Amino acid sequence: MEMNSPIGTTPLDRARDGIVGKPLDRVDGRLKVTGGAKYAYEVAQAPEALYGYVVQATIGKGRITAIDKTAAEAAPGVVLVLTHENAPEQARNRRAHPVLNSPDIAYYGQPVALVVARSFEEARAGAYLVRVSYEEASGSYTLKGGLGQARVPSAGYSSPESAVGDFAGVFPKAPVKLDVTYTTPLETHAMMEPHATLAVWDGDSLTLHTSNQMLDQGRAAVARTLRMPVGKVRLISRFIGGGFGAKLSVQADAILAAIAARHLHHPVKVALTREQIFNVTTHRSDTIQRLRLGTDETGRILAIGHDAYSGNLRTESQFEAAADQTRTLYAGANRLTRNRLVPLDAPIASAMRAPGEAVGLLALECAMDELAYRLDIDPIELRIRNEPAEDPEKHIPFSSRHLVECYRAGAERFGWNKRQPRPGQVRQDQWLIGIGMAAATRGNVLVPSSASVRMGPDGIAIVKMAMTDIGTGSYTILTQIASELLGVPPDRVRMELGDTAYPEAAGSGGSFGAASSGSALYVACERLRAVFADRAGLDTDKAEFRDGMIVLGGKAVVLASLVGASGIEVRGEIRPGDMSRKYSQQSYGAQFAEVAVDGDTGEVRLRRMLGVFTAGRILNEKTARSQAIGGMVFGVGAALEEAVVLDPRFGAYYVNHNLADYLVPVHADLPHVDAVFLPELDDRTNPLKAKGVGELGICGAGAAVANAIYNACGARIRDFPITLDKVMSALPAQA
Amino acid sequence: MKPFAFERPASVMDAAIAAAVPGASIIAGGTNLLDLMKLQVETPSRLIDINRLALDRIEPTPEGGLRIGTLVRNSDIAADIRVRQHYGVLSRALLAGASAQVRNKATTGGNLLQRTRCYYFYDISKPCNKRRPGSGCAAIGGFNRIHAILGTSQSCIATHPSDMAVAMRVLDAVVETIKPDGSKRAIAIAGFHRLPGSTPQVETVLERGETIIAVRLPPPLPGVHIYRKVRDRASFAFALVSVAAVIQMAGGRIQSARLAFGGLAHKPWRVPAAEQTLEGEAPSPAVFQAAADAVLAGAKGFGSNDFKIPLTRRTLHAVMAQATHS
Amino acid sequence: MPVGRRAVLGTGTAAVFIAGVAPGPDAAAGETRGEATVATVTVELHVNGASHRLTLDPRTTLLDALREHLALTGSKKGCDHGQCGACTVLLDGRRINACLTLAVLHDGQPVTTIEGLADGETLHPLQAAFIEHDGFQCGYCTSGQICSAAGMLEESRAGMPSFVTADLAEPQPPLTDDEIRERMSGNICRCAAYPNIVAAIRKAAEIRA
Ligand SMILES: Cc1cc2nc3c(=O)[nH]c(=O)nc-3n(C[C@H](O)[C@H](O)[C@H](O)COP(=O)(O)OP(=O)(O)OC[C@H]3O[C@@H](n4cnc5c(N)ncnc54)[C@H](O)[C@@H]3O)c2cc1C
Ligand code: SF4
Ligand code: FES
Ligand code: FES
Repeated sequence: MEMNSPIGTTPLDRARDGIVGKPLDRVDGRLKVTGGAKYAYEVAQAPEALYGYVVQATIGKGRITAIDKTAAEAAPGVVLVLTHENAPEQARNRRAHPVLNSPDIAYYGQPVALVVARSFEEARAGAYLVRVSYEEASGSYTLKGGLGQARVPSAGYSSPESAVGDFAGVFPKAPVKLDVTYTTPLETHAMMEPHATLAVWDGDSLTLHTSNQMLDQGRAAVARTLRMPVGKVRLISRFIGGGFGAKLSVQADAILAAIAARHLHHPVKVALTREQIFNVTTHRSDTIQRLRLGTDETGRILAIGHDAYSGNLRTESQFEAAADQTRTLYAGANRLTRNRLVPLDAPIASAMRAPGEAVGLLALECAMDELAYRLDIDPIELRIRNEPAEDPEKHIPFSSRHLVECYRAGAERFGWNKRQPRPGQVRQDQWLIGIGMAAATRGNVLVPSSASVRMGPDGIAIVKMAMTDIGTGSYTILTQIASELLGVPPDRVRMELGDTAYPEAAGSGGSFGAASSGSALYVACERLRAVFADRAGLDTDKAEFRDGMIVLGGKAVVLASLVGASGIEVRGEIRPGDMSRKYSQQSYGAQFAEVAVDGDTGEVRLRRMLGVFTAGRILNEKTARSQAIGGMVFGVGAALEEAVVLDPRFGAYYVNHNLADYLVPVHADLPHVDAVFLPELDDRTNPLKAKGVGELGICGAGAAVANAIYNACGARIRDFPITLDKVMSALPAQA
Repeated sequence: MKPFAFERPASVMDAAIAAAVPGASIIAGGTNLLDLMKLQVETPSRLIDINRLALDRIEPTPEGGLRIGTLVRNSDIAADIRVRQHYGVLSRALLAGASAQVRNKATTGGNLLQRTRCYYFYDISKPCNKRRPGSGCAAIGGFNRIHAILGTSQSCIATHPSDMAVAMRVLDAVVETIKPDGSKRAIAIAGFHRLPGSTPQVETVLERGETIIAVRLPPPLPGVHIYRKVRDRASFAFALVSVAAVIQMAGGRIQSARLAFGGLAHKPWRVPAAEQTLEGEAPSPAVFQAAADAVLAGAKGFGSNDFKIPLTRRTLHAVMAQATHS
Repeated sequence: MPVGRRAVLGTGTAAVFIAGVAPGPDAAAGETRGEATVATVTVELHVNGASHRLTLDPRTTLLDALREHLALTGSKKGCDHGQCGACTVLLDGRRINACLTLAVLHDGQPVTTIEGLADGETLHPLQAAFIEHDGFQCGYCTSGQICSAAGMLEESRAGMPSFVTADLAEPQPPLTDDEIRERMSGNICRCAAYPNIVAAIRKAAEIRA
């Protein structure tokens, strides 16, 4: 199916009491709470895998002049030391990078060797014995330092710039002007499962048990990198310990494990250590963002401009599209957005949860708050005044947009009317209390995906696709879709995901996973329904599927009786079509936060938080809420704690490369956090009428926190994260 | 980790003898030592396991204090009802440290001897005088948010990261040790940790093989016990600044004030002059400021930790305001 | 694979055991690649009620002994440095980070992992509550969260205070949600199932009360 027109009424709409949307417990829950779910590194393998440990470059840029591996090779247990001297040549491509392929050091921490040994301790100890000599070159490591080299990047998943009307002419003359610069730091995904791969060769076929979000793309990337036919590569990821973008592309663990296993004719597994992840894999670039908002006296935006700078390794083209949401969120006739990329000699920057919006909204939504104070207009009112009737740049309709409803519902539930408009008015003991809000928006996309469904004589539906579940709940929502459409209870559905041996699927990224893979499954189930109806001699459109039967009028036929001895298998496929060009598609929400700022020290403690969202049809109330909350907490981390710190004296050296020094939120940071979805169906997005959920929660969350801090104590910190030192310096003297 | 030999001595005396062998290291909870061994910051060739020695009791002392065996786990000290009732500052400081899992393992002696969390100390590819004497100090001129502002030297600006030690300093605890020759000594906590000077690798006055057997707390101090830890997240983070305070009021005046600071120096920081400034005075912002002046005499920031100077001042003020609030 | 020199480790405290000697330069000399060996130790691990005699490189952490030697991969490795809590197991009933200790240190001591919490097919109340309240997403921190919660509830029952306990002298501090949050802060969940985890723990605590 290609999404070229609105979907109309579907069986999902007809089933009054359907299971889709219900808060079904995760179908993989039992495996996860008993320790039975096997992640990549844990898959049993005979013979037992050898252990690989990565050695990293300790210079910022330059080249290797010599590698002495004698001590490492002689160390107990060590069976192989791979370096650029003995690693096979690999091919460059977009979703994987050759490893150990050249003596050149492009960035600090780049892998320079892999030591393989019989045990993890032996491999690690061996790795410390590899002696590398370098010739150092000078490089450019900081975003700020490299601003002079900023360039217009080539278009990737986003276009670098947009312009409507006459921003340059109108902004300077606007009656009310805000011109502010926000900075956001470099961030690491910090998913709990480090990148890990177990590589197994069978003749010239390679199987990688690997922690990867996008298996089909990963397979292609591995094949291209290792110069193999795609058909000879298989990726398996049944369980993935979080990704958030870190595992979109194939990382060094996979390539190195594959190479080493081929070299040794023996399975090899490689996990990156937490410390190594920071430099060996990707991160979210830091950004410098200039926001210019020009309005009339009533707060109506006349001119809106967003310039966003991010950095990346100089051979990369991906930029942090932080200016993008500014193209659709608010009305205004004169608009200018520009994403600029600064080439650096630093590890690769890539997507992290809500690339673009996550940091773009920190700037835009704080700037809107500043504007509200400047104009003395309630921040929600200001936003409502600037609510566009159509996409303000493309001049096409929104597929669905209920942002104002989110503001209103959120304000009501959160108690927005209790807000004191002036900062610093509410005090409890040493705490200054404030509340803030921000809008959330995240682009919605549909990507090609396919699925197969089979029903055997036992009446069990077996669904297969190379989709992944990174914690998003894919196993569960797909089970619900198949269960409802085929009219079989969820425990009669077997969901087989995470294997490139299955039909190609969207994978998990960009919040498109559930809708895309679910739509493919929808199409497959529709096909199967048609076959059943045909065989039962009933009208597909009128028949109902329930209790393992197809039912119409007085007739009910058991599905299993229709499949014959060998069962029936059908495939379904979804492709994006015109709808994505004809309609501007986004998920929306309103974020609310209450914080307490310690009037002595500037410590900020979140007190409560609420997100009210619309994201089309919610496929599982429980897992969607969980994901939204997860995103919101990510936003809290970005607002208050998270920052990778660079020490440019050593190159792009990330000083705090561990979880004791790179702080992410812990339990005690999160008191009451809740997320609510307002009912919405969007028939222009996909057959499920759903939109993306996974990244929506982070969008605007940090800005709501930052705005609450301002409301609490009057500290407007434009340099994230808002740590206590920054707040303290804005606090009044103690009494 | 580098390979090591593993030994389990049968007595404290044997442990001290074993620990005196070059390259030997005692392992107690292991939560600091193993952390560092994995990164080869520490590379002992012998590990001396003392965990099965009978050093895990908290006993009353004849003077009316408590004697805490070195193997008492941090969580057990914090939970001991005598400590909770009479040494609240210690209990609170321990509970402020690390996570419950770490505290369940961490020991008294290990906590006192835990090493700095300086980022560069943790990375053997970086210069660090503490780890490799003479190699330089990467923290000076680098990122030093968590570093010291008092008692620093040109060689090293690291802090001692312990919360427990700060409370012990305010309580004037005494560290009991045994040396390989069998002799014992009692070291006042004030003199236990050293400032970095030109030998930052020497962190305490312990001699080779000298093994901690217990920490003695003097009889309880009356007054309000406070441990205030200022940190970058609500829990499970090291202190940027911490204050251990025992303050006694009488007739609206500060009768006695004891204050020790964490996060500021290579050792728990205590300034008698600051305490004297407070004693006998009626609480007021001016008095608190005077005490802060005394604490911060000679304080020097190194860039990313400059904020610790005003933060210390403000935290001290807050603690005193809380302690003297009637 | 060549067998290393071994020594049996006693569990008593009455004797000195030299459990192994690190290979000096001599030990490795003359041996070909991959054949140099590290002295091993024999350790008796009591995990989930079963006893396992393992011959280990003394460097083996308790976590790696569980995951790599006993195939008990429920305990996870998120940081290997005590910073995340994914490896939390119960040692003698108390929660610890299995990554920050050596297997050899726990010869003869009972260890409980996530695999040992359920009673046959019947889930532990915490496990059931985690499913009901959706106390996880990716599942990678989950074993640690659940083991930690089990240890935490015991600590709370035993009257242990926490940093947020208002009155330390109170022998039996009540287990409020704030107490749960503080006490569980050694377990990071990057998926941030935090509110759901607290709800699940509260539920399980009520069941047992
Ligand atoms: C993630 C994380 C967060 C942390 N956060 C905090 C925090 O916020 N606040 C805080 O205060 N601490 C914190 N810590 C540190 C923790 O308190 C220490 O790791 C712990 O106290 C060390 O005790 P141990 O028994 O495990 O020591 P070990 O690691 O066993 O030993 C440490 C050192 O002491 C020596 N040693 C131990 N016992 C003796 C003895 N009896 N005689 C002579 N030498 C001995 C050892 O040889 C070694 O050099 C944190 C640790 C981690 C891993
Ligand atoms: S501050 Fe001390 S520990 Fe840190 S790098 Fe300098 S010398 Fe080393
Ligand atoms: S793996 Fe042990 S605490 Fe992270
Ligand atoms: S469930 Fe993914 S980290 Fe907790």
